[in-house]
Amino acid sequence: MIRTLLREVKEYKKASVATPLFMILEVLMEMMIPFLMASIIDDGVNAGDLRHIYEVGGIMVAAASIGLLAGMAGGRYGAKASAGFAKNLRETMFNHIQTFSFANIDKYSTAGLVTRLTTDVTNVQNAYQMTLRMFTRAPASLLCAMIMAFRINRKLSNVYLAAVLILGVVLMLIMSNATKYFQQAFPKYDDMNASVQENVSAIRVVKAYVREEQETVKFRKASENIYQIFMKAECKLVYNAPLMQFTVYACILLISWIGAKMIVASSLTTGELMSLLAYCMNILMSLMMLSMVFVMISMSMASVRRISEVLNECSDIRNPDEPVMEVTDGSIEFRHVDFAYRKDSESPVLKDVNLAIRPGEMIGIIGGTGSAKTSLVNLLSRLYDVTGGEVLVGGRNVKEYDMETLRNQVSVVLQNNVLFSGSILDNLRWGSREATEEECMEACRQACADEFIRRFPKGYETHIEQGGSNVSGGQRQRLCIARALLKKPKVLILDDSTSAVDTATDARIRQAFREEIPDTTKLIIAQRIASVMEADRIIVMEDGRVDGFGTHEELLRENDIYREVYESQTRGGGDFDEKAGD
Amino acid sequence: MAGPMNGRARGMKPKVKNPMKIFKRLTAYVFQYYKFHYLAVIALIFVSVLANVKGTLFMKNLIDDYITPFLMTETPDFTPLANAIRRVAVFYGVGIVSTYAYNRIMVNVTQGTLRSLRDDLFAHMERLPVKYFDTHAHGDIMSVYTNDIDTLRQMISQSIPQVINSGITIISVFVSMLILSIPLTLVTLAMVAVMILSSRAAAGRSGKYFLEQQKNLGAVNGYIEEMMNGQKVVKVFCHEEENKKAFKELNNRLFVSADQANTFANFLGPINAQLGNISYVVCAIVGGVLALNHVGGFTLGALASFLTFNKSFSMPINQVSQQLNAVVMAMAGAQRVFGLLDEQVEQDDGYVTLVNVTEADGKLKESEARTGRWAWKHTHQADGSVDYVEVRGDVVFNGVDFGYDDDKIVLHDVKLYAEPGQKIAFVGSTGAGKTTITNLINRFYDIQDGKIRYDGININKIKKADLRRSLGIVLQDTHLFTGTVRENIRFGKLNATDEEVTEAAKLANADGFIRRLPNGYDTMLTGDGANLSQGQRQLLAIARAAVADPPVLILDEATSSIDTRTERIVQDGMDKLMNKRTTFVIAHRLSTVRNSDCIMVLEQGRIIERGTHEQLIEEKGRYYQLYTGNSISA
Repeated sequence: MIRTLLREVKEYKKASVATPLFMILEVLMEMMIPFLMASIIDDGVNAGDLRHIYEVGGIMVAAASIGLLAGMAGGRYGAKASAGFAKNLRETMFNHIQTFSFANIDKYSTAGLVTRLTTDVTNVQNAYQMTLRMFTRAPASLLCAMIMAFRINRKLSNVYLAAVLILGVVLMLIMSNATKYFQQAFPKYDDMNASVQENVSAIRVVKAYVREEQETVKFRKASENIYQIFMKAECKLVYNAPLMQFTVYACILLISWIGAKMIVASSLTTGELMSLLAYCMNILMSLMMLSMVFVMISMSMASVRRISEVLNECSDIRNPDEPVMEVTDGSIEFRHVDFAYRKDSESPVLKDVNLAIRPGEMIGIIGGTGSAKTSLVNLLSRLYDVTGGEVLVGGRNVKEYDMETLRNQVSVVLQNNVLFSGSILDNLRWGSREATEEECMEACRQACADEFIRRFPKGYETHIEQGGSNVSGGQRQRLCIARALLKKPKVLILDDSTSAVDTATDARIRQAFREEIPDTTKLIIAQRIASVMEADRIIVMEDGRVDGFGTHEELLRENDIYREVYESQTRGGGDFDEKAGD
Repeated sequence: MAGPMNGRARGMKPKVKNPMKIFKRLTAYVFQYYKFHYLAVIALIFVSVLANVKGTLFMKNLIDDYITPFLMTETPDFTPLANAIRRVAVFYGVGIVSTYAYNRIMVNVTQGTLRSLRDDLFAHMERLPVKYFDTHAHGDIMSVYTNDIDTLRQMISQSIPQVINSGITIISVFVSMLILSIPLTLVTLAMVAVMILSSRAAAGRSGKYFLEQQKNLGAVNGYIEEMMNGQKVVKVFCHEEENKKAFKELNNRLFVSADQANTFANFLGPINAQLGNISYVVCAIVGGVLALNHVGGFTLGALASFLTFNKSFSMPINQVSQQLNAVVMAMAGAQRVFGLLDEQVEQDDGYVTLVNVTEADGKLKESEARTGRWAWKHTHQADGSVDYVEVRGDVVFNGVDFGYDDDKIVLHDVKLYAEPGQKIAFVGSTGAGKTTITNLINRFYDIQDGKIRYDGININKIKKADLRRSLGIVLQDTHLFTGTVRENIRFGKLNATDEEVTEAAKLANADGFIRRLPNGYDTMLTGDGANLSQGQRQLLAIARAAVADPPVLILDEATSSIDTRTERIVQDGMDKLMNKRTTFVIAHRLSTVRNSDCIMVLEQGRIIERGTHEQLIEEKGRYYQLYTGNSISA
């Protein structure tokens, strides 16, 4: 898991190695200081040697200066390594997601992918920097201080060893206890956020039913839960500081007592006692630091897991080895097609679908929610792969085509379509990179988008906000259709793409299709019977099966479902179209 | 509905205008509940610091009063040393206990303050007018509860005690240092000055780059969000390579600024630590020379103590400088928290209330029990006499002007009247003002000019809660709450019995699908009812309105495409709900419009046509165009 991520260090390996080396150098320099201190006191002050004081003092200043430089270099490389690692991680992940098939994308929610690319990467970046810098500094400092202390006096240093062991064990216990509660806290946090979110987005409902007080009481409960769980966690952590103090104080007193006796017995000097006391702080501080680093790293493990999940996800739809680079015509055939979104699923979404469509035909598709209309058309441009049977476009199995070729020739206007931030022209050119302005306008005319674009003050240069939030639903749908038309596809699929367009305009768009692109096979999914009525043939989908396939008249005669839908919509259950204007 | 979204620019820290004022207010807020706790904490920190200082001073006595004399005598007596150590141990013990105590109290203070802040925020938010929610990005409101409160936690639990601790430590250590040796104190001060200056330089550079990093991070996050949302479209248009290129550029820019920002931030650690060491060394040399020459009675023991103080002096300065960033962030967070708490709540000057009544001898009498008959209780302010007016659902708009902003009027001179039991349909293109009209009846927004009367009473005189209780509402977007299906329906009437809930569900045609859910009426709904289909959610919203059983109903028909059969079930439920109630409906369906008693055709905030379906068809106006679908785009 961690190894998957570490592969992305790449060109920052050098910086990643240099950082801990510099950190260790800084620690070594730091550790010399109390040692030299003993020399100043014993050989300098006590021996009355002024020159010795200056000499050793000079060395100490030099050591601290080298330590400063090493520390800064460590900081420099640490920043570079971690920022670079994060950069690579983000880029690799983003590029990897670009290879995802629809099935892969479905597995993760959009919010989930965004969090992984943003928050999780930042967490890993911080943890990586922490590991490179503190995770080497703290143990190195601990080890050096211990070694130095032992070199000064073995017997006294055993006091430290004991202290470190005891403190280490107790710290671990406290931390693991507290993290347990912190982990319990996360779901409680989610509950509270859900409560806020609900009330913010549904404030009209709350106010309409005068439920402000009831909701406040509900929120208080969620808030109280968080309070309780955090109290428990924090009350465990509270022991850290006094425990630390206790150990430090106990060490100082013990060393003083034993040290005093040893000095009297001439097995220790005053200077040595002082440097031992200095190491005492170093050792225990490093230990404290180490336990904190542990907690931080273990908290970032969740992020590591989520990122590696994405990186290890394999796209299940790949280009064939010798791809066919051209789609000859817009004929379509389904042969015994079975399809399920999950391979192990017991109830397939599509069951033994057989269809043959001639090039240039206009086909309407109608059926209730969940009758697998969208699933059916998604197989054509290989957004998903069939689980059984085969889908043929232009007389060839779709799996034989180069994917880009296929998707450019089979153009889908998705149900939940989005526009991107940029000008209208930028958005249209997603369909064809080299499209001239005239071509773009032509496509817009066919999609009945030209009329409203011209009414914008900036026309085709109008800036579209993220997600297309500054145009109306009907306008967005027409722009999406124009964008798909620019591909000049052999097959055009509209997945409920005119639901927000008024009936008159809807009819004009279909009219344009008939006249301007007669050779393109057109598949139109709709809820409105009027949108499919005049198609050459109509597919009636029901529960993953083709229930009927024929002209309007044939179906009206023979197909019960079709007749029922037709009657209910024309007998006054239909839409009252109010979206004529924009 | 169409208020401007003043979203906070992503990732940018807003400038805190008056940090001291906010800090004072925050302290006042904490003090309001925890005055004694806080005083106790300060006292305990004081004790803990003193114990520590006292312990360090012991070092001098240890060497000068015990060890050095021991070396002079042949048979040293260790008893006084043992006693001294025991005394110091007591000091230390007191210090440890007070450290624990103040940390423990701080947990209560922090968590308690956060809890009451959250509760206050929420309670206050619930009382804000709808306008607030329409004009603020929901993500921003959410982040007040999460991010901003979190920065405050850091500040209350760590920064404040740290600053107090450091302040007391610095003062007491400074005094002790002065007592031990004035020249060495000056040396230490000089070194501290160098330390502060150089770390400020690094922090300044780092801060500049951090701002840039935040900006670039915002750009990267924005791009990621947009592309992840449109990932399927990216696939369909084979736009992967372009995306990779664009992302790489943004990502590289982020790397450069992140690298710089972190580099300078990382410099802080070594600068403080190693300059601290140099300060220590310089003191050791100077002190060594002083001790050697016995200048001013400076002893070896004093040097040992002084060196420890030297460390204790630079440490709190480092800690305070580290907390500084947290404090600045917390102030920005506090500013947003208080900003929300300072928002003006919904004003309500109404005094007419809604009560249940019974009728006796042709006169209405107030009743405690639910009688199914409602009346407006009108207490006259002049003489205190009480009138009862039966609720009938008689709504009149007279010359109503309205704008979401005062200077942009969106409804002009709207006149309409609905007689009890009538069904009024609003039709017209998007943005014509249909939803706006319904926002006015229940006073989500207040009108600028004109009058709205409800059963003859100006709605401004009716208490908002009572006004809204008398109006049922089914919105276009269905919102459900976390809880069981039953709880969601009961949202309409809190004391509804299980039978009433089932009854309402049956009326709304929801009973059938509810029974098929895994736990029936006790099925948990989460995430706004994400486990239900669009149609099912609408049915629940209808049931919710049905259980409230209001005399007047506001319906905003959904436009989203649900399949024809489900739609018919929903439609049927709505029809049953509208039966015998005054209904205002924003209509999208032909049948709804045709069955209305009166149709209002709205265009650009004005009612341009009114009448029944037949009358309007006869007129061959805008309605006729809409109805026949032969409209020319306006």
